[in-house]
Amino acid sequence: MEDQNRTATQAVCYHCGEDLPKVKYQLDDKDFCCAGCMAVFKILSENNLCNYYVYNNTPGQRFKNDSHLAYLDEPKIIDQLLDYKHESSSIITFYIPAIHCSSCIWLLEHLYKINSAIFSSRIDFLKKQVTISFNHEEISLRQLVETLNQIGYEPLISLQDVVKAYSSSVDKTLVLKIAVAGFLMGNVMLFSFPEYFGLSGFEKQFQSLFGWLNLAFSIPAAFYCGRDYFTSAITSIRHKHINLDTPLALIIAVLFLRTAFEILFSTGPGFADTLTGLVFLLLMGKWLKQRTYHHISFDRDYRSYFPIAVTTLQNGKEKPVSINEIKIGDRLWIRSGELVPADAILMKGDAWMDMSFVTGESAPVHKVLGEIIYAGGRQTSEAIELEVIKPVSQSYLTGLWNKDNYKKDTEKQNFNDTVAKYFSLGVFLIAFAATTYWLLQNDSHKAWSAFTAVIIVACPCVLALSTPFTLSAILSVFDKKGFYVKNTDAVEELAKSDTLIFDKTGTLTSNENAEIGFNGSLTGEEKIIVASLLRNSIHPLSRHILKALNVESFYSLNDYKELLGKGLYAQINDHTIYAGHLSMLPITIKSVGETGVHIVIDHTYKGCFDIKQQWRPGLVQLVSKLSKFKLQVLSGDTDNDRWMLDTIFTKNTTIRFRQSPHQKLDAVLQLQHQGNKVMMLGDGLNDAGAIKQSNFGIAITDNINNFTPGCDAILKGSALNLLPNFIQLGKDGLKIIKISFAIAIAYNCIGIYFAVQGTLYPLVAAVLMPISTVTIISFTTLATRWFARKNKLI
Amino acid sequence: MNILYFLVGCSVLMALIFLAAFFWAYKTGQNDDVHTPGIRILFDDEDIAEKSEKDHFSS
Repeated sequence: MEDQNRTATQAVCYHCGEDLPKVKYQLDDKDFCCAGCMAVFKILSENNLCNYYVYNNTPGQRFKNDSHLAYLDEPKIIDQLLDYKHESSSIITFYIPAIHCSSCIWLLEHLYKINSAIFSSRIDFLKKQVTISFNHEEISLRQLVETLNQIGYEPLISLQDVVKAYSSSVDKTLVLKIAVAGFLMGNVMLFSFPEYFGLSGFEKQFQSLFGWLNLAFSIPAAFYCGRDYFTSAITSIRHKHINLDTPLALIIAVLFLRTAFEILFSTGPGFADTLTGLVFLLLMGKWLKQRTYHHISFDRDYRSYFPIAVTTLQNGKEKPVSINEIKIGDRLWIRSGELVPADAILMKGDAWMDMSFVTGESAPVHKVLGEIIYAGGRQTSEAIELEVIKPVSQSYLTGLWNKDNYKKDTEKQNFNDTVAKYFSLGVFLIAFAATTYWLLQNDSHKAWSAFTAVIIVACPCVLALSTPFTLSAILSVFDKKGFYVKNTDAVEELAKSDTLIFDKTGTLTSNENAEIGFNGSLTGEEKIIVASLLRNSIHPLSRHILKALNVESFYSLNDYKELLGKGLYAQINDHTIYAGHLSMLPITIKSVGETGVHIVIDHTYKGCFDIKQQWRPGLVQLVSKLSKFKLQVLSGDTDNDRWMLDTIFTKNTTIRFRQSPHQKLDAVLQLQHQGNKVMMLGDGLNDAGAIKQSNFGIAITDNINNFTPGCDAILKGSALNLLPNFIQLGKDGLKIIKISFAIAIAYNCIGIYFAVQGTLYPLVAAVLMPISTVTIISFTTLATRWFARKNKLI
Repeated sequence: MNILYFLVGCSVLMALIFLAAFFWAYKTGQNDDVHTPGIRILFDDEDIAEKSEKDHFSS
């Protein structure tokens, strides 16, 4: 066992678990892959925090410190970020994507040991958030963030933190209402038992006490717990359409009125237990429906991609400014790796922009002086100076988000609301028919009780329950397979969709496993030389190629130069070697493609490394399974891969290349105008508009903790081939709901049989309702499992 | 049997106290995060931690 541990610790970095390079860093008999990891270990050991390594092996994150934090000294920005500030103490909440194991919790909750100005820190593991209270007189916000950076936990501070629009206050009152409803239901049941089991003569004195208590409990049940149903019913009637809440509100009202009437005039026990039970169950259903997945962030928009501050140049001096304050004409100073937050003109410097957010194409684009650089571009080369031509709120990307042609939620009518209309009509017909009959018989008492009883017994609560129960059971099946759907309503949209649009890069291809090919030939010696050069660069291409070269030993090198975004140069063993873009090579080469990493050793062209995008596995089977649907591919990329797409997709699939985000959005709109229900699958910000506009938008990601655009569902890249099964299960879900509705109608017929005769005794109502509820819930649960198994999802 | 009036009052009062306790627990955020405390409880206390740290280094 001990030997195993030793070999394990020797092969990988003690801190982060990465493979060790040939020249490893050592401290206290432990190996580290880089100086950063060693530095973190040193900080931890100096502060007696090595317990960090006790709870997990290699829990650390690679240390990188390339962020510019000057903006955290700006009082305006600090005030926007802090949760609370009082005299000398402040509280702030950070989102830290690096949190991934119990060691992280332990370390981040012991921050006070690293700096005594930190009072305490609390982690919310699922949300990856840490709340820190600290003394802002002794440690500035910037120092605090630097401390976190040093130990490898870089907080992600984005514009969305500033605009804290979201809060879960709706959920909170709902849970409290459920608690109250449960309390009321329990008590009312207790006080109703004597009535049902019969009271002997001397117990009769309690009858009125229990009655009054029940009435007292009904008041909060109807007017506190059930208030939402009344408000929703009133608004829907004002808009001249009926939703499911309308009959529910009517039933609550009738139940309450009849209970009050019977108890006030001592004519019967009332329906207090039915009322409280109904309200409790309805709220439970509502809660199930609202319970979304908090550990995945769905409603991220362009703001979460943007930093909150940007460096501006004012009279030649750098000054960080909050993004909201950027004005036209401001000079921005964008360093390597930073995002351009507003549309701007390039004034100075060499711009190599990674426009993958905007176009989907990840190869850097060269921009010349005076050219417009759109918001969302990421600079990969040296720092550049830009002049803003549009404020952030009117930039290209923001415009895409704020386009007002997005679907309006009120127009959506789900299955429940459609049924509710006919349901309410039917109930009223029966109720009035029964009343008229008894009035013709000159029995006004029976007419009144028949009218109320029909409305009580024809409760669509089963419908209100079966939908959330079925759909949330389906959601949990999806969840286990890596398909995270936003809420239960979205499942209906999933089931209805008939047109599927795929983005190419990141959706049909995987960004993580790019395949490296080499056009040309390298000897073993030359391979070592190339690898020795590349391992000094942190550029993703270099790392990909280094991995593909798979070289064991390296040479030392002299005169190393890295031109960011262009390539590398060094002297190795009297050889001069260049690797990178064509424009940096010392010789001009013709008749080779632009893209790729070109290699020149001693002024001889050796060839070029090509990054081939890796298609996701199972794509052909996926497309053949989706033959029932209309398919489209909209790629922001060039048409290099057209032949490949043509072999995968059938001839009637529309495949379009070089699509801008606006064109993608328009394509979705056009299909919707033709009456199609569109499902859009995409990844980055360049698909965000189309995803938001589509009826069901799926964001595909290889790492669910990455930022995803606002969407209806997040799908793990590895689960893409299960998509047809997911859609089928969504359809089966709607089938289950319809069957459960039929069962409910059967129960209602029994109830209505008694109700129209005016002989519905409260006990019958009190028994009938739970029985039908139990039947429906067990049916939906079993049926969902059965269908999930049929679709090979369990 | 009049004692029942008292007992009914007691039971309702008790139930109300529990309801109030739930309200308090919920409003102070005890249900906000139900995952992390379960991990947190597994961490050793400080003095034991020092010892196990030594163990960790010597191994």
